[in-house]
Amino acid sequence: MNEKPNLLTILDVVAGLMILVAAGLVFFYVPVEVMMGSVQKVFYFHVATAWVGMLGFLVAAIAGVVYLRKGNLLWDIAGNGAVEISLIFFLTAIVLGSIWARPIWNTWWTWEPRLTTAAIVELIYAAYLLLRQGVDDPERRARFSAIYAIFGFFSVPLTFISIRMLRTIHPVVIGSAEAASQGGFNMDSPMKLTFFFSLAAFTVFFADLLWHRIRLGQLRAEVDVLRIDSYSKGE
Amino acid sequence: MIQVKKLVKRFGPITVLRELDFEVRSGEFVALLGPNGAGKTTLLRILASLSKPTSGLVQVASCRLPEEAVAVRAHLGVVSHQPLLYGDLTAEENLSFYARLYDVERLRIGEVLDLVGLSSRKSDLVRVFSRGMQQRLAIGRSILHNPRILLMDEPHTGLDQEAGEILDSVLREIALAGRTVVMTSHDLVRAAELASRLDILSKGKIKASVATKDLNSADFVTFYRKALQGNGGSA
Amino acid sequence: MKSYLNAIRAVIWKDLTAEWRTRENLSAMLVFALLVILIFNFALELDIQAQESLSAGVLWATFIFAGTIGLNRSLAVEKDRGCLDGLLLAPVDRSVIYFGKAIGNLIFMLLVEIIVLPVYSFLYQVPVFQPGFLLVVVLGSIGYVAVGTLLATMVIQARTRDILLPILLFPLSLPVIIAAVKASQGFLLMVPLTEISAWLNLLIVYDLIFTAAAFMVFDFVVEE
Repeated sequence: MNEKPNLLTILDVVAGLMILVAAGLVFFYVPVEVMMGSVQKVFYFHVATAWVGMLGFLVAAIAGVVYLRKGNLLWDIAGNGAVEISLIFFLTAIVLGSIWARPIWNTWWTWEPRLTTAAIVELIYAAYLLLRQGVDDPERRARFSAIYAIFGFFSVPLTFISIRMLRTIHPVVIGSAEAASQGGFNMDSPMKLTFFFSLAAFTVFFADLLWHRIRLGQLRAEVDVLRIDSYSKGE
Repeated sequence: MIQVKKLVKRFGPITVLRELDFEVRSGEFVALLGPNGAGKTTLLRILASLSKPTSGLVQVASCRLPEEAVAVRAHLGVVSHQPLLYGDLTAEENLSFYARLYDVERLRIGEVLDLVGLSSRKSDLVRVFSRGMQQRLAIGRSILHNPRILLMDEPHTGLDQEAGEILDSVLREIALAGRTVVMTSHDLVRAAELASRLDILSKGKIKASVATKDLNSADFVTFYRKALQGNGGSA
Repeated sequence: MKSYLNAIRAVIWKDLTAEWRTRENLSAMLVFALLVILIFNFALELDIQAQESLSAGVLWATFIFAGTIGLNRSLAVEKDRGCLDGLLLAPVDRSVIYFGKAIGNLIFMLLVEIIVLPVYSFLYQVPVFQPGFLLVVVLGSIGYVAVGTLLATMVIQARTRDILLPILLFPLSLPVIIAAVKASQGFLLMVPLTEISAWLNLLIVYDLIFTAAAFMVFDFVVEE
């Protein structure tokens, strides 16, 4: 398992190419949106990164459930990896969203449901990582973080619903006149193509990173075992 | 009464018990000896159903662990190096709390208090008890439900000479009552006096085992040293 | 079933007896709660006009901060002399420990609320004594304590146990906090019940989901 699998190398290349193509589509292919101008192009990567941010949450919760049932630490590494990656992607999504919101909503930040939920998810991710840091025994750490990921997964939709019940101005993209006044717009086919391709590209990129992260976790566990063994031989 | 085969316990990269075999027959008083980090406490915690084995077979009172843990617990009394008592409750309240958890008659509380010599202090808070008194009450707590098996993790830790002797006499009475006892200890001489069998645990395995009646007290130390060097065996 | 309930009752009785003797936890929660109100008073300049819309928020922030103190302390006691092991050794289902501790914590939180509410009402003339408002207080506290007890049981086993609980608990209990604040505000401002019922439903859903989830995973929190 120390060898890097060929499939992973292939996935690296595919992910890299897809990101490049997606960027190419965004910059050179997709037409500029009439109302908002070129800043709208942020949207393609914004949604894609946010999607990956949420995907990580889902992966962490599923990995948590599987870990609790099977007890294989591999699932703990996967859950942790998904959270670490998604933390970065979600942050990117928030920053991209801000760049878009500044000219369109005339503010960097607003307490809008999706934005607020995004911020809360980031905080849950951060809490998750702090929890892991505070527990030394690997199995206990795995159990606690699995439970926390599952609880977060239940809590976030409820948070979203409750904030949505409070207020909303986020554009619901493909849609109504009301949405248009808040910065929503209709997507024509090049836009749709670019949009879905970006989603796919970032999903593959996520899978690639997660695989790397899992490998890293496994290698680290192996190193730990070797180190401990060398201590006990040295006695 | 207790049967352990090929027991392995790992904490992450650290292996504490390595394919350990261990058996205790009904009515035996076994003292587990060994250096710090040998795995004594871990073994005891697994027998007490507080910790799950990584692999291997563990049978206590003809119930398998960890599957039949709830059934096993009814037959177990445990004394750990912490007293497992509430400081803000009196001695009597502590016992009556555990009596309710174990579904034991309230009359038994008075009996136990007499047995450990704390009847006169039953209305005092455990917080103000000396270490020795706390330890006696802890032993009282552990025999409250008349368990067939007693597991004791270094019950003498932190006791002065006098408290230690009182504890010894309580332990002898318990042993005379036909209970099966497994006790970990650092104190070779004391263990040899109390126990009917000494087992030496080192690096996650039982290195040697001897019936105390087969050795005179002068030989214990040599026996212990030899066992730790790895060339001991069943004497 | 009878012995199950008996065991839960034993755990609650034990917590109440110990607390009744020292009153350490309750008085700490209470003094803390009053201090929080005091701080809000100056931070938000709670005059009679402002407090009308802010009361619900101030009250819930108070309950939640005080609740965190209580939760941390209640579970820390179990770790002190190894008592958690003592509970785990008992021949009862582990959920007994969860429900016993959670109900005990709920009682403490409600006691603090019972004292804080009249004080707040006296200071700011807020009509808190209406069945609907009190129902919200109970529902909100249940959800908060249900998650809080589980997380506190995790936290006391962590190296960083002094700082971790609020960090873990606040983001997860946001739905409860939002719903409880909005529902209490609704009752205080005499909004028609139809507008509040959605928040009440959210509270009930949260309470049910998280109590059930905590019950299901509690074994994993205490086992080794």
